[in-house]
Amino acid sequence: MTRADTHQAIEAVWRIEAARVIAGVARMVGDVGLAEELAQDALLAALEQWPAEGVPRNPGAWLMTTAKRRAIDQIRRRERFEARMPDLLHPETAEDEFEAIGEDTIEDDLLRLIFTACHPALTAESRVALTLRVLGGLSTDEIARAFLVPGATAGQRISRAKKTLADARVPFELPTGADRTARLGSVLEVIYLIFNEGYSATAGDDWMRPALCEEAMRLGRVLAGLMPAEPEVHGLLALMEIQASRSAARTGPSGEPIVLLEQDRSRWDRLLITRGLAALSTAERLGGGTYTLQAAIAACHARAATAADTDWHRIAALYAELPPSPVVELNRAVAVSMADGPAAGLAVLDPLLEEPSLRGYHLLPTVRADFLLKLGRRDEARAELERAASMTRNERERALLLDRASGV
Amino acid sequence: MRYMLMHKVNDADPAAWSPTPEFLARMGGFMTEVTKAGVLLAAEGLRPSSEGAAVIRAKNGTQTVVDGPFAEAKEVIAGFAILQVRDHAEAVEWAQRFTALFDEIEIEVEVRKVADFG
Repeated sequence: MTRADTHQAIEAVWRIEAARVIAGVARMVGDVGLAEELAQDALLAALEQWPAEGVPRNPGAWLMTTAKRRAIDQIRRRERFEARMPDLLHPETAEDEFEAIGEDTIEDDLLRLIFTACHPALTAESRVALTLRVLGGLSTDEIARAFLVPGATAGQRISRAKKTLADARVPFELPTGADRTARLGSVLEVIYLIFNEGYSATAGDDWMRPALCEEAMRLGRVLAGLMPAEPEVHGLLALMEIQASRSAARTGPSGEPIVLLEQDRSRWDRLLITRGLAALSTAERLGGGTYTLQAAIAACHARAATAADTDWHRIAALYAELPPSPVVELNRAVAVSMADGPAAGLAVLDPLLEEPSLRGYHLLPTVRADFLLKLGRRDEARAELERAASMTRNERERALLLDRASGV
Repeated sequence: MRYMLMHKVNDADPAAWSPTPEFLARMGGFMTEVTKAGVLLAAEGLRPSSEGAAVIRAKNGTQTVVDGPFAEAKEVIAGFAILQVRDHAEAVEWAQRFTALFDEIEIEVEVRKVADFG
């Protein structure tokens, strides 16, 4: 193995083990920021020692032990350490104790790490950056490239996150009771934000951007392993896997977007669909939730061999179960029109014309124009397309809408 | 990105196809580890060629079908796993951990990148 190969092998081990090492150390020092730095020290030690001495037989345990030794050194140096952690006066005993920690404890620590990195005291940007850093083992540079920001900005997001957690004295523990549901919501939101950032990548972007989708799915699977009884954890995983299954079919040869109903379904990823449908059935069995409903809608498309086979009645029914919002209602109107015809769709859509939050939302008149056209009400359809054109800020879209209007 | 790990063993070695309880426990532990790490997408184990196998060859559009057991083949694929990894080095690291489970028989593990048509 060349030196460069060894270096890459060490980094691969790091990415696999980073979260567990950081979580284990964080339980000792009670501070995620400090734990991450101590774990980084262990990585540096590995990069120094392994190329010369060879990669140890159990590299994860080596990293964990090295980081924990450094944590003990750190704790020893702290003031009032004697009063707070008398056990550590006998480092051998203390080390044995730490080494003897079982898999259950490590999993609890990992879960604590996830909840702490996604703590509501942090801004959304900081939660995302810190999660990728401590749970994904991503470098600051990789995070910067993934989010199209300068390295210094990504570094600030992480250091600010660590400082906020330390200043707010956020304990390294699992939320309980009613707090737990809200905090889990924040964790799922962070994972889905990471996924959507990757999903919005376009051709020519740095490869780190689409890689965020895989990172988010990996985090979703890790969380599903740690919290197997939580329906929405499986629901979110199902939603991400089914959405990601369409990645290859979403764009044409020159990078132009292809809408779902026009996609070549033979290019959908069957492995992700199979996995997504399995996760969905687990989520539904456990009781579901909002992500589960969204996944169930995505699954209606995934199950249909052709666009014409889509079960629009079920999609319309699922939209009706989602927490109501004008955009959900707009989507329901489309599903109803596909299921029961344009007149039925229009009946759902028209009350939305009074909705203040949709005033200026060009998709509303665009969808309405589609319904009106199908009903043969051409003058009204043309007026709606012109209205939509006046609302969009995207020049290409405006030209397209005006073009359609003049063709009516 | 995805990688496929395939392991190959001696088709005719009974020890390769009748794993010990100790081995099965180690393998179970490894499968749990890759699953909980969020990297395992799919995996299957295969049976030796004596229990149901065929090879179909085609030359200039003419096919020949040879049913198992394969007299001439020594090494055959005994299983595969599809992993979602960040790079080649991570796939190799998982493959080495997998290979380390087999300390009783001779084994070869092949690591291959899965084609991405995206």
